Amino acid sequence: MLRGILGKTFRLVGYTIQYGCIAHCAFEYVGGVVMCSGPSMEPTIQNSDIVFAENLSRHFHGIQRGDIVIAKSPSDPKSNICKRVIGLEGDKMLTKSPSEFFKSHSYVPTGHVWLEGDNLQNSTDSRYYGPIPYGLIRGRIFFKIWPLSDFGFLRGSPNGHRSSDE
Amino acid sequence: MAQSQGWVKRYVKAFCKGFFVAVPVAVTFLDRVACVARVEGASMQPSLNPGGSQSSDVVLLNHWKVRNFEVQRGDIVSLVSPKNPGQKIIKRVIALEGDIVKTIGHKNRYVKVPRGHIWVEGDHHGHSFDSNAFGPVSLGLLHAHATHILWPPERWQKLESVLPPERLPVQSAEE
Repeated sequence: MLRGILGKTFRLVGYTIQYGCIAHCAFEYVGGVVMCSGPSMEPTIQNSDIVFAENLSRHFHGIQRGDIVIAKSPSDPKSNICKRVIGLEGDKMLTKSPSEFFKSHSYVPTGHVWLEGDNLQNSTDSRYYGPIPYGLIRGRIFFKIWPLSDFGFLRGSPNGHRSSDE
Repeated sequence: MAQSQGWVKRYVKAFCKGFFVAVPVAVTFLDRVACVARVEGASMQPSLNPGGSQSSDVVLLNHWKVRNFEVQRGDIVSLVSPKNPGQKIIKRVIALEGDIVKTIGHKNRYVKVPRGHIWVEGDHHGHSFDSNAFGPVSLGLLHAHATHILWPPERWQKLESVLPPERLPVQSAEE
């Protein structure tokens, strides 16, 4: 009797560990479903849309300009941000909004990327905190699941490419 | 013949079952709890690799300790290099967010460490590619806390969290 209960408990613990570990590997290396919140990526991603993110291209250094990525926030490592990659290392970036009279440029340093939200008026991004290290990128968002009316691959940036001079 | 086929089938089945248990469990353990790594380079002399290029220490990296991104001044930590994302670097934490630190050879003489960032330096000043070259690093790049030297056996020891007195922050955040 006692042995049966013990055996069952051990088996349950074993299965929990096993599936927990499989889930960890899947979320860490393959990808997962993510809910986005906040206005910074409108109109591409609205508040509380559900999207699919893949983490493979980060490991194979396949992040390109125009990709939407999830990254750890540089000022708070526990929260994540969702932005579009505008510039890769070595690119020349406009650091102020183009409407301003004085334009200033800076180069993205080695191993860094330049992120901006699609909602340029309401987005805290690299224009505010500068380029972020590539190591903070968690994954790339490429497919929207919810709402169903928008089901499918994500669109390109609505702002055109205001970024690269080269 | 049929019997041997049955045996092969059973063997393959058992192998697959064990494989799908062992690999995820091992990967998760190495990612979340602890792993070991070989230290290369002279940037942490004399704490690590004191013998120069002929010896290289193997350290135990504790991931569980930094799961909430909590580090103290003086800890030896490993981080993803901000300049080369494929590389890990091992450095000592000199200052935490809000501290004002006196730099060695950085473009600004004094730097206030911004929120969510830390200031890291190698023990071997001048031979280390650290925050004096690339500025404060984001805590999100933190990888693990180095706690012990495992190899070579005569160097087996706990890595103490000591901050060199001359590298104390000029003004720490608590004051």
